[in-house]
Amino acid sequence: MRFTLNGVATNVDAHPMSRLLDVVREECQLTGTKEGCGEGECGACTVLVDGDPVCSCLVPLAQVEGAEVVTIEGLGDDHPLQHAFMNEVGAQCGICTPGMIMAALSLEPDASIDDIKVALSGNLCRCTGYSAIYRAIMKARQP
Amino acid sequence: MRTAISGLDLRRATSVDDALRMLADEARTPIAGATDFYVALNFGTLAPRRFVDIWGIDDLRGIDVRHDVLVMGALTTYTDIIRSPLVAERLPMLIDAARQIGGPQIQNRGTIAGNVANGSPAADAVPVFAAADAVVVLRSIRQERRVPITQFYTAYRTSVMRADELIVAVEVPRVDGKQWFRKVGTRAAQAISKIVAAGVRGASPKFALGSVAPTVVRAYATERALASGTPIEQAALTLTREIAPIDDVRSTADYRGQVAQRLLRRFWSETN
Ligand SMILES: Cc1cc2nc3c(=O)[nH]c(=O)nc-3n(C[C@H](O)[C@H](O)[C@H](O)COP(=O)(O)OP(=O)(O)OC[C@H]3O[C@@H](n4cnc5c(N)ncnc54)[C@H](O)[C@@H]3O)c2cc1C
Ligand code: FES
Ligand code: FES
Repeated sequence: MRFTLNGVATNVDAHPMSRLLDVVREECQLTGTKEGCGEGECGACTVLVDGDPVCSCLVPLAQVEGAEVVTIEGLGDDHPLQHAFMNEVGAQCGICTPGMIMAALSLEPDASIDDIKVALSGNLCRCTGYSAIYRAIMKARQP
Repeated sequence: MRTAISGLDLRRATSVDDALRMLADEARTPIAGATDFYVALNFGTLAPRRFVDIWGIDDLRGIDVRHDVLVMGALTTYTDIIRSPLVAERLPMLIDAARQIGGPQIQNRGTIAGNVANGSPAADAVPVFAAADAVVVLRSIRQERRVPITQFYTAYRTSVMRADELIVAVEVPRVDGKQWFRKVGTRAAQAISKIVAAGVRGASPKFALGSVAPTVVRAYATERALASGTPIEQAALTLTREIAPIDDVRSTADYRGQVAQRLLRRFWSETN
């Protein structure tokens, strides 16, 4: 099965019904993408498929053939959102953080706090109480 | 994941005909956005073994108006709906529903045909379709047929759709009157409805509810009462006779009955 992973042409030999989550973590050894619930509720497994955030625990590998998949590793180590989550303590245990950041990537530069809440409505965090996360995202968009 | 996938057989359809041939050849379960399906797979509660992936069939995408009918392809996602000027113009209550289905990740993958075919009494798009007199377009290798959504379900999670049929589209005629949608859940995003309602306030009012019976309910007697000028309190009593709510993990029958009446009153006052 061929697809592009973080800009790199990738070919994995796995069952077509494998969850994209497992392929990314196990076949491709990119463990930044997390499994929380395994049923679409928590967003910890969020990746981008052709630019759109999706829950990788609900995506069959077959459905990404030829697609562009971006995981948290695709951002490198120096993305403004990553710095802002660190500086604002938007991450505590960190399990939700990769998913939060991947979901936040789709926000327009002029997004309001309400837009941010909507964009992250599919992501759960049991540590921060969310306000530090919203603050981090607001800060990351100020140059 | 609790299902061993090694024993599962997936074929991928490249066109509608391709998919219909596979369905005619042997029993296969279609997979669209997989947002219901993979939850079951992860849970280990899935019985079927053979599947056909229809996600790649672009002919099943697209929103169009033909002969004054809004035609939405089976693979129309909630995100497609939210972004569609045609839906905004003709069926704004479907946009209200779509915005409250899951979060963005689910909206990007979940499809209207999946919502209809899955057959959950809590499916949020279904009461909208029922209140709008939508028609489900079913196709097999032999024929195409159109079934009004109000006649689509025969019992809890059971429908008239045959094993060799696919939903190819949902059609919605022009809706006359002010549209209204309300979902009552534990929170705005991600929550399964405790009860969900859609209404149209026109010359002949229309009102449909989810999660108050084994299938979606179109409240015809209540609608007739409203059309003939019956006071809303009395119409609300009629409504309680048209629904059959149950106790379950999300809510009780008594609560649902009361909320159904309250939703009807809200519908009536907010569309005045
Ligand atoms: C976290 C989460 C939150 C959710 N929140 C909501 C919510 O708020 N409201 C709500 O209503 N739903 C909700 N859902 C359920 C689900 O997202 C929707 O029902 C969605 O529309 C299903 O579409 P799908 O394409 O993903 O279906 P799939 O999972 O691909 O399929 C579902 C069923 O439909 C059948 N099917 C799919 N397409 C066709 C077709 N064209 N012809 C015939 N059969 C077909 C499949 O065989 C399967 O039985 C939620 C799900 C998750 C995981
Ligand atoms: S692990 Fe995918 S949404 Fe929770
Ligand atoms: S930081 Fe622990 S779940 Fe969000």
